[in-house]
Amino acid sequence: MTLDDKKRLLREMLFARRFEERCYEAYVERKIGGFLHLYPGQEACAHGVLEAARPGHDYVITGYRDHVHAIKCGSDPKAVMAELFGKETGCSKGRGGSMHIFDVEHRFMGGYALVGGPFPLAAGMAKAIKLKGGDEIAICFLGDAANNQGTFHEALNMASVWQLPVLYVTENNLYGIGTRVDRSTAVQEQYKRACGYNIPSDRVDGQDIDVVYEAAKKAVDHVRSGKGPYMLELMTYRYRGHSMSDSNAYRCKEEEKEWGKRDPVIILRDRLIDAAAITEEEYQVMDKAIIDEIENEIIPYCENSPEPDVAEVEKYVLADNDPWVAGGKQ
Amino acid sequence: MAELMYWEAIRRAHDEEMARDPLVICMGEDIGLVGGTYKATTGLYDKYGPERVIDTPIAEGGYTGLGVGASFLGVRPIIEIMSVNFAWLAMDQMFNSAAKVRYMSGGQLTSPVVFRSPGGCAHQLGAQHSARMEKVFMGIAGLRVVTPSNPRQAYGLLKSAVRCDDPVFINEHELMYNMKGEVPDAEYFHPLEGSEVTRPGKDITLFAYNISVHWCIQAAETLAKEGIDCEIIDLYSLAPLDRAGIAASVRKTHRAIIVEEAEAPVGVGSEVMAIINEECFFELDAAPVRVSARNVPIPYNRGLEKASLPNPNDVVQAVRKMLGK
Repeated sequence: MTLDDKKRLLREMLFARRFEERCYEAYVERKIGGFLHLYPGQEACAHGVLEAARPGHDYVITGYRDHVHAIKCGSDPKAVMAELFGKETGCSKGRGGSMHIFDVEHRFMGGYALVGGPFPLAAGMAKAIKLKGGDEIAICFLGDAANNQGTFHEALNMASVWQLPVLYVTENNLYGIGTRVDRSTAVQEQYKRACGYNIPSDRVDGQDIDVVYEAAKKAVDHVRSGKGPYMLELMTYRYRGHSMSDSNAYRCKEEEKEWGKRDPVIILRDRLIDAAAITEEEYQVMDKAIIDEIENEIIPYCENSPEPDVAEVEKYVLADNDPWVAGGKQ
Repeated sequence: MAELMYWEAIRRAHDEEMARDPLVICMGEDIGLVGGTYKATTGLYDKYGPERVIDTPIAEGGYTGLGVGASFLGVRPIIEIMSVNFAWLAMDQMFNSAAKVRYMSGGQLTSPVVFRSPGGCAHQLGAQHSARMEKVFMGIAGLRVVTPSNPRQAYGLLKSAVRCDDPVFINEHELMYNMKGEVPDAEYFHPLEGSEVTRPGKDITLFAYNISVHWCIQAAETLAKEGIDCEIIDLYSLAPLDRAGIAASVRKTHRAIIVEEAEAPVGVGSEVMAIINEECFFELDAAPVRVSARNVPIPYNRGLEKASLPNPNDVVQAVRKMLGK
């Protein structure tokens, strides 16, 4: 990565941070309903991995903490925020919500809300890529706790047996909702679990985007070169609760403080300041421009967007006028 | 018109669709080298190779999810679940992924996948291999459910299901794979919605699907000798059910019995009754009844097993009772 790339990534990560913080406020203002799972603290994971891949070309799938992954794939942040507002202009037309961001044009294949559900879906996308002969790969981002689902084991086994081009990324933020990984998981080093399926894997610091990028590059190259699946574990931390309905009482202040010192945005900012690629003032200007964009463009766009038409509540359940429903054109 | 067995008809549909479109694949347990427990994919492994005829691990949730994921990119997988009982393990992916993805993506993604599986009760397979699960599938928005009662339907429904952009569950039957029937020599696509009049009649309608159509045919023959003229409606589409077809027959005969292999609660029978109430209640000359299985896990003992399932004689008795004969 060049310094310009890193400056761009700093802006992207800071944007993701401010975007999510604004989601929090909108939730408190009751502009956003339902469940809301926020990403602050984990920004280097999605950005580092996807920077090493080809966002918009590779197929990406994840769980319900999905806003930032979609934006990094190329989704318009306005359409993502509008989805959270439940508007017709939302990327999923207000039918999905926070946990179901979709942007197929940018090959963001969705956020799914059954923990572990995307593991086999990602393997299936990889199977499709292989059948069609493309150079894309499938990338599946999920948390550490998803690895305790049967789908993890079933999907990794099949991906390995059939040598599918899929990269499994575990964003290990140490908690499955409110249960710490050592209370739920026999083998806490998640990357070791891939050994059982003969899949190469690695575990690196998920807070330092340079480290994530280098590890992801190796992983992506492996998968894209046809050597089969790969698993990458990124050690990270979420600064907020699991969702907005989470009191966060299960974590001690010391732990939060320690991880607070390893903020992925600050790590990159300070590194760029040390390298004289950016000044503190420029950073402040960047931050203000981001906040202004969110406040003056994204939020008004969402507020002024139309609600879905209730007359269309049954639209999108089944295909419209599929000729084969009537047995074709015979 | 050739006479084919039910399994041969299914195999022919696979073969034609796979020959036409390289993105049609099939997958499941022992469907490749072995050719399928019920032979429905015999010979396809040799013809199309292991990349398209996939022997999966015994991991229903996993391989079903894999097929659904492949369908997101335009692949059209035909996923065989060896016994419908095992579909419980696959339902998260069938319902939460395949059936909902079009809706929750605002129409961006679709899952053109076909699930096919033998349902029903065979002989002494016990509680965990004798499920009738159509009632579960037919209540899920976004999923089509069809159930062939003969080789022609088995062939034509699979042909249409593969090409349809919606996920389709095809409920076959353990006991019907060796049933013979006429299948058109030319390519044939059966509608995925609607119903068929298997036997026209004027006195009473027997609503049936899959194996119960055959019980009704037997019952109707017995009753015809007594001067009772039964109409049989084959509900090959369980989701959506054919509201217009159900109402049309009740308007004609004014009496309805629903015959199902499944237990009565929350089933095809209760749904058909609800439709009759909503569409044509005042056409009825008698309260509709169900001929259903007893509400028990299917027992192993042959005598108990038979006692828990309906049969043609139960249909005959129900008709006589309704007509006061």
